[in-house]
Amino acid sequence: MHEVLPFIISKINYFIYIILMMLGMYGIFMKKNYMKKIIGLNILQTSIILFFISIGAKNNATLPILELQNDHDANVAIQAVNYINPLPHVLMLTAIVVAVATLGVALAMVIKIYKDYKTIEEDKILFQTAEDTIENE
Amino acid sequence: MKITGLILLFSLGGLLFYGAIDFPSWGDPNSPASSHLSPYYIEHTMEDTSVPNVVTSILADYRGYDTMFETIVIFTAGIACIFLLRTFKSSIPESRMYRHIPTGITLRIEKGGKVPDHSDHFERIDSVWIPYDLVIRTTCRMVIPFIQVFAFYVIAHGHYSPGGGFQGGVILGASFVLFALGFNLRLAIRQMSEKITVFMCALGVFIYAGTGILCMVFKSNFLDYSALASLFATDPITARSYGILIVEIGVGIAVMGVMILLYYNLASGGKHKEGL
Amino acid sequence: MIWQIELIILVMVVLFGIGALTTKDLLSAAILFGAYSFMLCLLWAIMGAVDVAFTEASVGAGISTVLFVSAVYRTTRSTDN
Repeated sequence: MHEVLPFIISKINYFIYIILMMLGMYGIFMKKNYMKKIIGLNILQTSIILFFISIGAKNNATLPILELQNDHDANVAIQAVNYINPLPHVLMLTAIVVAVATLGVALAMVIKIYKDYKTIEEDKILFQTAEDTIENE
Repeated sequence: MKITGLILLFSLGGLLFYGAIDFPSWGDPNSPASSHLSPYYIEHTMEDTSVPNVVTSILADYRGYDTMFETIVIFTAGIACIFLLRTFKSSIPESRMYRHIPTGITLRIEKGGKVPDHSDHFERIDSVWIPYDLVIRTTCRMVIPFIQVFAFYVIAHGHYSPGGGFQGGVILGASFVLFALGFNLRLAIRQMSEKITVFMCALGVFIYAGTGILCMVFKSNFLDYSALASLFATDPITARSYGILIVEIGVGIAVMGVMILLYYNLASGGKHKEGL
Repeated sequence: MIWQIELIILVMVVLFGIGALTTKDLLSAAILFGAYSFMLCLLWAIMGAVDVAFTEASVGAGISTVLFVSAVYRTTRSTDN
């Protein structure tokens, strides 16, 4: 027990990211409503962001903004150990903004579907399209 | 179908849990992710670009080519939203609602009827009319300038503090969205028309790509801002810092345009008449 | 890092995510998703990713909630599952 708890604490971010990812995939698979599917997609995407930020974290390190050096200690070299890894932050920062743009496109599609079918439930739309093909035959 | 999905989910989750046991523990300084490339960025960003915020220097300088295409993706999403939703002619005969301000009487004018002139006595209202609310309108009027000044600060000060083009552009777009929410969509479109918004999206991407091409004109690589030193009359390192600022401004303009465009199209369902 | 605070925020993230997926009212699902984004923003501020936290606070908790609410306004509010 004394070994299990520190182990879980040191890996808790990764476990939560897996739980969030499964939650998002559950939303995409199981929910019939398109709005819920989009929320599931967003949760899946934020879980990936959580994973990326977690692998960049460092103990005993500060934010990735360098301290401006004065003249008297200009020869002190910048140690990479003292700063959090900035590379995952850059990748995820752009990913979030792209996510909201694609969210807009997804919601536009949902509004368009609602205009045509008067519902956003997937099973009802499938039923309506099946009826249309029967009538055409 | 439902059981198959659940089985798939749980088996995938179990596999990922099994894989997560071997990950480096939280905050390990020697983890593979933080031991190869990122130390170079942290240690050399001051002497390469003189930008203290490492995230900004990587975003706009070291990985500038990547960010350019992210901006193009956002631009494409805004254009796709127009193509999906925008309708220019309404098939249903349109009726307009007017309100006579001194008496508070609402007039409904069918298509072809005589429309009252623009005067102080009549105001055009939405079909779902929300009464005039002093608190909301006054708060919006007072808060919006501060939001916009803060957004400009975020864009311009991204070198030294958290911030940059993406955040500043989103905040700038959010101020217009707040205007449309507090007053109404028709007034917001009159202030910030669709044409100007689309032009701004394109202008932002143009500024970004144009900076890259300008570097090529000065006989250097694409997006290598140190070639612009003779243009800014500085040394190559400060020129890279200036180049980052120009690129961030371009990103900010593009993101702001796309955010406003998305809101206009989604809130009005593509008609650009009555909104939220 | 204070792991107790982070644990509380992580649990709240999961709870808000479950709430956003399971509620029957789409408007409250949109608002719960905004709360979920805000909790993630707090989490990233704790983990030192200030730029990402700033972006998430303005994008995730701000604009995307507005987009969701306007889409719900244009379509329907109730759902079966």
